Amino acid sequence: MRIPVTWLVENLEFREPPTPDEIAEAFVRIGLEVEDVHRLGAVTGPLVAGRVVEIEELTGFKKPIRHCRVEVGPDQVNGIVCGATNFVEGDTVVVALPGAVLPGDFAIAERKTYGRLSQGMICSPRELGLGDDHLGILVLPSGTAQPGDDAVELLGLGDTVIEVAPTPDRGYAFSVRGLARELACAFDVPFGDPGLAEIPEAEGEVLPVHVEAASGCSRFVARRVTGVDPTAPTPWWMRRRLMLAGIRAISLPVDVTNYVMLELGQPLHAFDASAVRGGLVVRRAAAGEKLTTLDDAVRALDPDDVVIADDSGVISLAGVMGGASTEVRDTSTDILLEAAHWDPPSIARTVRRHKLPSEAAKRFERTVDPALAPVALERAARLLHMFGDGSIKPGRTDVGAPTLPSPVTMPIDLPDRVAGVRYARGVTARRLGQIGCQVEVTTGDDGSTMVTAVPPTWRSDLTQPADLVEEVLRLEGYDTIPSTLPPVPAGRGLTERQRRRRTVSRALAEHGFVEVKPFPFVSPAVFDAFGLPADDVRRRVLSVLNPLEAEKHALATTLVPGLLETLQRNLARGAKDVALYTVAQVTLPRAEQVPVPEVGTGARPSDEQVAALVAALPQQPVHVAGVLTGLREQAGWWGRGRPADWADAVEAARLVGRAYGVELTAVASALAPWHPGRCAELRVGDWPVGHAGELHPKVVEALGLPKRSVAFELDLDALPLDDHRPAPVVSPYPPVLLDVAVVVPASVPAEQVARALRAGGGELLEDLRLFDVYAGDQVGEGRRSLAYALRFRAPDRTLTVEEATAARDAAVAEAAERFGAVLRG
Amino acid sequence: MSGANDPYDPKQVAALSPEALDQAVAQAREAFARAADLDELAAAKPGHLGDRAPVPLARREIGALPPAAKAEAGKRVNEAQNAVKLAFEERRAVLQAERDERVLREESVDVTLPWDRVPRGARHPITTLAERVGDVFVAMGYEVAEGPEVEVEWFNFDALNFGKDHPARTMQDTFYVAPQDSGLVLRTHTSPVQARTLLDREPPVYVVCPGRTFRTDELDATHTPVFHQVEGLAVDKGLTMGHLKGTLDAFARAMFGEQSRTRLRPSFFPFTEPSAEVDVWFPEKKGGAGWVEWGGCGMVNPNVLRNCGVDPEVYSGFAFGMGLERALQFRNGLPDMRDMVEGDVRFTQPFGTEA
Repeated sequence: MRIPVTWLVENLEFREPPTPDEIAEAFVRIGLEVEDVHRLGAVTGPLVAGRVVEIEELTGFKKPIRHCRVEVGPDQVNGIVCGATNFVEGDTVVVALPGAVLPGDFAIAERKTYGRLSQGMICSPRELGLGDDHLGILVLPSGTAQPGDDAVELLGLGDTVIEVAPTPDRGYAFSVRGLARELACAFDVPFGDPGLAEIPEAEGEVLPVHVEAASGCSRFVARRVTGVDPTAPTPWWMRRRLMLAGIRAISLPVDVTNYVMLELGQPLHAFDASAVRGGLVVRRAAAGEKLTTLDDAVRALDPDDVVIADDSGVISLAGVMGGASTEVRDTSTDILLEAAHWDPPSIARTVRRHKLPSEAAKRFERTVDPALAPVALERAARLLHMFGDGSIKPGRTDVGAPTLPSPVTMPIDLPDRVAGVRYARGVTARRLGQIGCQVEVTTGDDGSTMVTAVPPTWRSDLTQPADLVEEVLRLEGYDTIPSTLPPVPAGRGLTERQRRRRTVSRALAEHGFVEVKPFPFVSPAVFDAFGLPADDVRRRVLSVLNPLEAEKHALATTLVPGLLETLQRNLARGAKDVALYTVAQVTLPRAEQVPVPEVGTGARPSDEQVAALVAALPQQPVHVAGVLTGLREQAGWWGRGRPADWADAVEAARLVGRAYGVELTAVASALAPWHPGRCAELRVGDWPVGHAGELHPKVVEALGLPKRSVAFELDLDALPLDDHRPAPVVSPYPPVLLDVAVVVPASVPAEQVARALRAGGGELLEDLRLFDVYAGDQVGEGRRSLAYALRFRAPDRTLTVEEATAARDAAVAEAAERFGAVLRG
Repeated sequence: MSGANDPYDPKQVAALSPEALDQAVAQAREAFARAADLDELAAAKPGHLGDRAPVPLARREIGALPPAAKAEAGKRVNEAQNAVKLAFEERRAVLQAERDERVLREESVDVTLPWDRVPRGARHPITTLAERVGDVFVAMGYEVAEGPEVEVEWFNFDALNFGKDHPARTMQDTFYVAPQDSGLVLRTHTSPVQARTLLDREPPVYVVCPGRTFRTDELDATHTPVFHQVEGLAVDKGLTMGHLKGTLDAFARAMFGEQSRTRLRPSFFPFTEPSAEVDVWFPEKKGGAGWVEWGGCGMVNPNVLRNCGVDPEVYSGFAFGMGLERALQFRNGLPDMRDMVEGDVRFTQPFGTEA
């Protein structure tokens, strides 16, 4: 909300007025965010009021151009060329004479243009730094000034506009009234509240109003002004304030309602009374009802919308926007003014539904002072009387009984206890009184001192002791709160999973992988590119209703798509050899989405309710995934590079397992998007926890990735937290090293052969390592030779070669037994 | 050469004369010294230490001496033989040392050759920052709590005192989960973990929760729709806003150096009352030390405590939350937040494993 300082301080009694910067600092100190402090344009040189004496339209140019004779002082008429057309002969305008410098170092000089001599410039509000209005030059109401009058003074160009963004709990602060009261508190100065003005007794009703939807409208007040001169201009001071607040002047009745809204915070609506048929009804819209609003849009109403209707039907979307049929026009003389107290949530829903944020709705949503409606109407009616020559009808309709804030009682030292400060005696009562509360201090039965505050009508946000505490603390200043550490009891450190997750992340990074953090939003089309079967569980996604990119509405069920997209970005930027990883939650919806139960607030939900809330959520395990492409080992002066292959993916997955404290085993698998012959399912025991291998050539092609790109993904939460307590016994005796090569059918996985050898070798077989794989003529079609280095050792003696050989033979015998392995000669 | 049985006077056996032996030794020394390397030394060895070298040949003459002269002649020959051996060994030691030194010299390499066989890996700075925050609070006695990213609205809003149609709810620019009115959202902050923690355990509670959060902001230099927050929550008897301030000051010092401290400005959050914005004094701020907006905080709203079954008459609490991207941005002077989300390896690599 933008307000000129001169307006803000109008009702404050300063001994010495603060500077705009001091005002801005005060706002921040007590909790009102200041978005901008805008000093109006510094104008130097002659800026004067002028009267347009004669307008000559110049022709033959691409745009309309005028040569005007403008009286700019006694007996002084200047010729000025002007491109705007929104003024007529006799209008009072603002003229920058040669020698003037406007905001933005815009120097005005006498010059020849469009074939004429131009001795100055007729100014627009924007050129004067008064606002963003593009609609031509500034025309002052007639009689505002005489030609030659100093316009710097007239326009108030020495003023400063402060833009304040009150938090949504402080509805009252969306007005000069509310902001001035805040300043009164901040500077401890008296404030004459225009919102508390007395209103005269009225005679009867102005028109019959029936509030049917009492839940949507707790008070409805109407007043009528007749005989308003439709040609009467809005006085310059009011237009100026509206302009500086960013609101365009339209007509006296509309300007008056906007002005009073800014001044007091009560939005008003002006109807053309002659267009209103019969009495008014405030009700919810009926299904199928429509309303053409002021912006000429036809709106289909919702049965939850609160509307104002007359005998002709709906005439206003209450509190949000008026209807076109009763709009005040430039012929309207009979004005019906309405001010009401609308239910904030109801307004909020209507605004959302119709996407109609308005200045009025913004205030109603944040709660308007329910006592304000008649005061604001009186103010508006008087302004119409004063400047539009209207006569205020004696009647006033005032129906409904709004809820007023209830008293709040608290121990008087509660602010001290919350802040950890000992405030001076009387501070709490004084501060609460300052914000408008009626304060009573009493002694409780136990001798403790209590304070009861009846919040003022504009502070419906004060409902509990904590709210009063905040008022005291913020007005006393948060900077008086000390800095002390609480006595925290001893903690248990990170959990086992948290520690291991960190180890996994470090292990991958030390292994050459770079961590990235792709968004979790994916397009389901990626699953087609991945070649996932129609019933693949990864296609079962949860979607967001309002995605930033329309096609990426699904929440990732696997981390691979996001990683591959990041990989593509790196490749597009020229990277060749890339290893990426990410650790993140994935979203796995349940087969049947369980509805979220209705759970209220105000007390702890039952354990069953909490369980039901949690059960309505999808599963969201933490996964880790990685992708590799290009060279795993670089080419260099040492020789050639080594391209990443499926085994690097499996190795990385196993590295993750080890970092987590579990040994993963690999089993051949054929899961998309992996190559069906180069995909390992990784298991803990018999429990699958993820996959690794080369990506399917079709997937690689579809995504435009380098050939042979590889990937892995593991469910970290599926990895068990083994109670890892090794107690190794290290034998000091020498080993016996024996090599053995066995020929087995090529279909037998190496892992299986190793297991057989280990089983057959018994306890003396300390270690076994595959060092060569050979397939070819020497071993025959469909077979391969696996060569192992075996290390035998006894725990308690020096092993003899004979013993070791016997154990080796037993190992080979076991492999022969299981797979028909033959010792290679 | 004399026959074995010839009765010679040893003095008359020329080969055994001290002069002859001395000369043999001198010649050997000279020959060994002439050897430029171990091969030449080896070639020179037989001529002075071999069976047919002068001293061993002289030794053969001893047998022909009368018994009385044998001892003296033998002693002389032994001394000569030892002197030759010593000369040889000394020379060999010198030559060996020379050779060893040469070999090492010849084997030297250019150690500045690049050895980047496997490209560098790195962890994302947001990850390490989140861990650092966790460590700071674990050191104070806090525990690290976690929660899901897809969250029920009750935890994200209702429990935290966001009224159903209050503008504060729409201020959060929420991603809603399909279908319409599913009651699920992508959490807009890490604050739902507050409610989860309080429902889960009895006070005293001291937890921090780093995590990923979501708001429908378009990605630009200072906004990202997917970002990270760290939430702190303390609920105990007798906690004050002074304790909140002290905790934030300690946090600021741990993150931004001993000179750092915080400043509170009154603000509004539905789940805290009183509420405040936190500014942090950042000594290394671009353009000079100054205050930087850091996050939000406040005393836990009694309504939140009630919603979670904690009696606000007995317990009080404080909570705070900060955006990690923002903190990283001003701490490291990063101009564009997009770099943090796009995953370009050139951005992440310089951070290494423990940024």
